Amino acid sequence: MDSTFIIEKSVVILVVFAFTMLMAMYSTWAERKVAAYLQDRVGPNRAGWGGLLQPLADGLKLFSKEEFEPNTPNRFLFFTGPAIAMSTALITSAVIPWGDRFHLFGRDILLQATDIDVAMLYIFGVLSIGVYGIMIGGWASNNKFSLIGAIRAASQMVSYEVAMGLSIIALLMMTGTLSLREISAQQAGMNWNVFYQPLSFLIFLICAFAETNRTPFDLAECETELIGGYHTEYSSMKMGFYLFAEYANMFISSTILAVLFFGGYNYPGMSWVVEHWGVNIANVFGIGALFIKLCGFIFFYMWVRWTIPRFRYDQLMHLGWRILIPLSIFNIIITGIVLLRVEIMAYLGF
Amino acid sequence: MSIILILFCVLSFITLATAFLTIYSRNPIHSAIYLVICFFSIAGHYLLLNAQFLAIVHVIVYSGAIMILMLFTIMLMNLNNRNDVHKPRITRLGAIVLFILMCVVLIGIFINSKPIVGEYISTGEDYQSIKVLGKILLNEYMVPFEFASILLLVAMIGAVLLSKKEKITK
Repeated sequence: MDSTFIIEKSVVILVVFAFTMLMAMYSTWAERKVAAYLQDRVGPNRAGWGGLLQPLADGLKLFSKEEFEPNTPNRFLFFTGPAIAMSTALITSAVIPWGDRFHLFGRDILLQATDIDVAMLYIFGVLSIGVYGIMIGGWASNNKFSLIGAIRAASQMVSYEVAMGLSIIALLMMTGTLSLREISAQQAGMNWNVFYQPLSFLIFLICAFAETNRTPFDLAECETELIGGYHTEYSSMKMGFYLFAEYANMFISSTILAVLFFGGYNYPGMSWVVEHWGVNIANVFGIGALFIKLCGFIFFYMWVRWTIPRFRYDQLMHLGWRILIPLSIFNIIITGIVLLRVEIMAYLGF
Repeated sequence: MSIILILFCVLSFITLATAFLTIYSRNPIHSAIYLVICFFSIAGHYLLLNAQFLAIVHVIVYSGAIMILMLFTIMLMNLNNRNDVHKPRITRLGAIVLFILMCVVLIGIFINSKPIVGEYISTGEDYQSIKVLGKILLNEYMVPFEFASILLLVAMIGAVLLSKKEKITK
């Protein structure tokens, strides 16, 4: 392993990390602005132009607040909860391809921290670990409401993981690979997977809402029933970590939606740009295209949050287990028949 | 010492220490959390052997599904950690003897086992790739694979049936 490789990867990882943090910060601002727009208000407009410095002011406020600790026998676990939530939110970005190869300084630079063969499974693995942050935090708070909130959030995430995994199988049958890089490359031009797998996309989108605990599935934070959810006992930056992790998760899941179904860094006319203006400029546009797509999804998250009211808990479980799972199994069967249509026709004697 | 060896030593230490703490700690939730860390370090061992797929599936199945359900059960039952059942002496003795016998069997297996990794490398097959794994599972080992899937399906239907018991009797 040569040192340039390590430097290159470190730079990519640092940039992605900083970008994720920045996006999570400004998602809070965007959320308040979108909410204000939808409710015919002005929104934050005091700190900076259009309230652009508001996230910094919020961060400063959270840092300088008093750090309250409940009387819990599990102090260590109480601190571990937000740490797990934050780190799992950040490590998912390791397998996302942010762009194609750059050609700089006589070498190819891949805009991806690591291109592993099992990228899709890695994302599901990290998702399932993310549940621990909520469960451990809620349990260690030593508070019944926190525990109920944590159990609600965790059971919701575990249930929707099943439908999410099944919905993605139909897509993987079509692409024949688990590597996000190859999935992006297959969608060159306008061959976006959403046109071939609309049902899979719909199920994945609904499950992504449930996995990130966003409205209409934010049962874990039902104030009227649960005070504040699993982070009731948290204060100062520890609570900030939970909220921040939620926004980072939203950013990452928007990116995964864009990469899996909306072509990733591909845009119409990319091959023309590569031919006429070179690889690097085409890639800069590619990163811009991915950025626009994921911002669209983040806006969609916020739009839904301020439009649709929250479900009841039994409705949530009904939707997950009785509607989405049979629907995704049906989708798998249909995809299988379409993929093997030639063999089936030959077998039937046509 | 190479990096691999150092990593192996650290991971083995974590695995054994957390496995010991799992049975040693009094609080059932702490036990479960130690077990989760133990599973993670075992996934690390798989990664050292270049088995990416196995490592990630291990994390998803054991840490992500089984242990979370275990934690649910423990949290909801609210087990009293002071309420230890005193076991008779003969049970303890039996447990120790069984453990030693188990160790003898395991040592026997490890002494007689042949590392298959070298064989795979010499044939030039990319044994980490999911494509190779999938082809082997569905060609050479198709019958055991299908039997395993039927077994899992039956277990799943059984679990659903058990949870629906009250509605059937109505």
